[in-house]
Amino acid sequence: MNEVQKLKFYQKGTLTVGNRLIDERERNVQASLDRSNSLTSGHRACQGCGEALGARYAIDAAMRATNRNLIAVNATGCLEVFTTPYPETSWQIPWMHSLFGNAAAVATGVAAAMRVLGRAETRVVAQGGDGGTTDIGFGCLSGMFERNDDVLYICYDNEGYMNTGVQRSSATPPAARTATTPAMGKEAGNVFGTGKFTPKIAVAHEIPYAATASVADLHDLEAKVTKAMGLRGARYIQINVPCPLGWGAASQDTIKLARLAIETGLYPIFEAENGYVTRVRKIRRPTPVAEYLKLQRRFAHLFRDGVEDPRVAKLQAIADRHIKDYGLLEEAA
Amino acid sequence: MKHPYAIALDVGTSKLNHTGSWRTQRPEYVDRLPPCNAACPAGEDIQGWLSHAEAGEYEDAWRALTANNPLPAVMGRVCYHPCETACNRAQIDEAVGINSVERFLGDVAIAKGWAFDKPKSETGKRVLIVGAGPAGLSAAYHLRRLGHGVTIREAGPLAGGMMRFGIPKYRLPRDVLDAEVGRIVEMGVELVLNSKVDDIEAAMREGRYDASFLAVGAHIARRAYIPAGGAAKILDAVSLLRSMEGEGPPLLGRRVVIYGGGNTALDAARTARRLGASEAIIVYRRTREKMPAHDFELEEALQEGVSMKWLSTIKSVEGGSMTIEKMKLDETGFPQPTGEFETLEADSLVLALGQDVDLSLLEHAPGIVIENGVVKVGTDMMTGRSGVFAGGDMAPSERTVTVAVGHGKKAARCVDGYLSGRAYTPPHKHALASFDRLNTWYYEDAPATVRPVLEAVRRVENFEEVVSGLDETNALYEARRCLSCGNCFECDNCYGVCPDNAVVKLGPGKRFKFDYDYCKGCGLCAAECPCGAIEMVAEAI
Repeated sequence: MNEVQKLKFYQKGTLTVGNRLIDERERNVQASLDRSNSLTSGHRACQGCGEALGARYAIDAAMRATNRNLIAVNATGCLEVFTTPYPETSWQIPWMHSLFGNAAAVATGVAAAMRVLGRAETRVVAQGGDGGTTDIGFGCLSGMFERNDDVLYICYDNEGYMNTGVQRSSATPPAARTATTPAMGKEAGNVFGTGKFTPKIAVAHEIPYAATASVADLHDLEAKVTKAMGLRGARYIQINVPCPLGWGAASQDTIKLARLAIETGLYPIFEAENGYVTRVRKIRRPTPVAEYLKLQRRFAHLFRDGVEDPRVAKLQAIADRHIKDYGLLEEAA
Repeated sequence: MKHPYAIALDVGTSKLNHTGSWRTQRPEYVDRLPPCNAACPAGEDIQGWLSHAEAGEYEDAWRALTANNPLPAVMGRVCYHPCETACNRAQIDEAVGINSVERFLGDVAIAKGWAFDKPKSETGKRVLIVGAGPAGLSAAYHLRRLGHGVTIREAGPLAGGMMRFGIPKYRLPRDVLDAEVGRIVEMGVELVLNSKVDDIEAAMREGRYDASFLAVGAHIARRAYIPAGGAAKILDAVSLLRSMEGEGPPLLGRRVVIYGGGNTALDAARTARRLGASEAIIVYRRTREKMPAHDFELEEALQEGVSMKWLSTIKSVEGGSMTIEKMKLDETGFPQPTGEFETLEADSLVLALGQDVDLSLLEHAPGIVIENGVVKVGTDMMTGRSGVFAGGDMAPSERTVTVAVGHGKKAARCVDGYLSGRAYTPPHKHALASFDRLNTWYYEDAPATVRPVLEAVRRVENFEEVVSGLDETNALYEARRCLSCGNCFECDNCYGVCPDNAVVKLGPGKRFKFDYDYCKGCGLCAAECPCGAIEMVAEAI
């Protein structure tokens, strides 16, 4: 079997969750029989929830990386609400929730407490949605970064306040329809030129590690969480997690949408260490943004009556800029 | 339990919340028939043996393969691989090189001396097989596996039938054929050579056989009436190819014309080149598109310097030359004479106009019906005579080695059903695993390994094998190109992508099951299954 190992080419296993041809220890956490299922069954997330999936992916990987010595602090949001209707919980790890905006600060405190108690091997993860991270919790987050507190902050980015009824956040993409940016008037949907890309701000803090990931690329996601847990200090990972409800998409398209977000260039996947981008995930099958947009009702007004709105081209320009800025395309051989 | 301040209830688990009640559709695991398996005339479970091969379990792969076809090394050389034509991977990059992996497994088995298991018990029944060609050998093998006594009577001096006397050595080396035939004989098959059956009724009676399977090949060359002068040298392709096995090849001269457009015509032309003819010209009455020969064989022949004369018929032959009439296709695609003639110089003419089966052994058998030169058989391969089955070239079908092997297997099962009194019913077939059911994102890009082809210049010199095989690393690579269309290959995608942990992994080889207590029916598992092995079914509400 040594020859088999050397070959390292598995047409059927390179991109799938598991791979029966390689050693158990080399497989993804999600492929193992004894993954911790940190976020277990019975939670009340919608059908096809990208956030529930992303959270299990990330926390299970962090659990393996820390030998299951992990505490999670949660911001308010869908993830908190659908997992913990009192007194039930779906979390199979020590987990706490305080307020909407203070997850980063609470996690900092937990990490400090562990250090004081001489239990620094117990690691701390803070997590929240894009609302609790890029808007409401942003001050606490930036503080955690600049103090280089020993916390991995994971943001599950579903591009809006989905829990409270799909309102716009600073992570909502331009042109998207939300409850607060309705598809009405000349410039229907979210306004171009607004919003922010928090991973870039994290990189600007020159923290040890900052990265983006996606539920569509489990190999990459697990590798990033594992790498982050191998480091000390402030770390940030933002995971793209499609929301079937808020995006107006079919429940079975969650991973497809996340994949298209990467392949169109709209969601650049990269990692940065100490302020420098060190690696980007290349696009495998370049795709025009319209293919991604058409699957979502929040963009339906861009294709009304079979006519493509000129703003589709503006969204394509954003994707093209990401492709250029991050070097997302393979160099032609 | 005493609770801390402001806490009134114990911590509960969300598992009390059976979210399965939300579901309006449920995922179900299915198995589908892969197109390769569906297309295989020998009924091989190609996907099944490839899955062993891709794990490097070559002996398991070989055993799975030979459960249906006892001649993989032969098949890996001479089969026209309809499996590859059907392969879904062709729509991504190129079809999986199934035939080359099959050949690799066959060759490994010969090199390692792997043998077939003998039957665990004997039924005491005895079956006569007439003809040791692919159909007869395949039937013998399958009947022995079922514990029946088998005698093969072969008219020729060696076993193999058309595989030996019809297929040239450069396509099928004889040591390979001998090894695979020998392995079948070692299972306890009685092989009687130089023993032509003239009367099947008498042979059955004298040998007191319980059943028989007739598998006589099409060894008689069809002739066409061509007026010929005294010095003309005319022979047929069947005898030419047969004479390559020991008798001593005929003198064909420098310039040889072959008449016909089938694979045999190409074999004859390529053989003539190897026998020293500086020119081998195939005369065919229709066009390349209409030629029944396989295009890759024509391509190989052209590379070897064989030339073609399309839309031509031979009118007469006079010592050293022949008269050719030019043809043109009418609107139905049928060639019509034009009245234009030309002269073609040639030392000899080889006729390759089709072959027939010698059916004289059936003259005294009541109930057997012969139509268009072949024996009429039922869906169970039985002729009109109870207990007498027929297949291969004798039965109506495409005349290829693979079809013959398939006939042999099917006949063996039906003979077994006849002998045991429980008629054989073929197992239920799954619906086809079509390309549109695949999620091809999960398959890595991987173009096919191309088998090295001997330099054309080098190969016309001798009868060396033209296409050589794969070695272990590229055979493994090729096997791994299989997409496993329609059948779970345990990639863990469903187990991974379920947001509700509602997929239970059962361990290696045991696949998965759904936990319908928690499955919300989102359909992610079905959408992200690479091979289309999950189906969403509406719930009764």
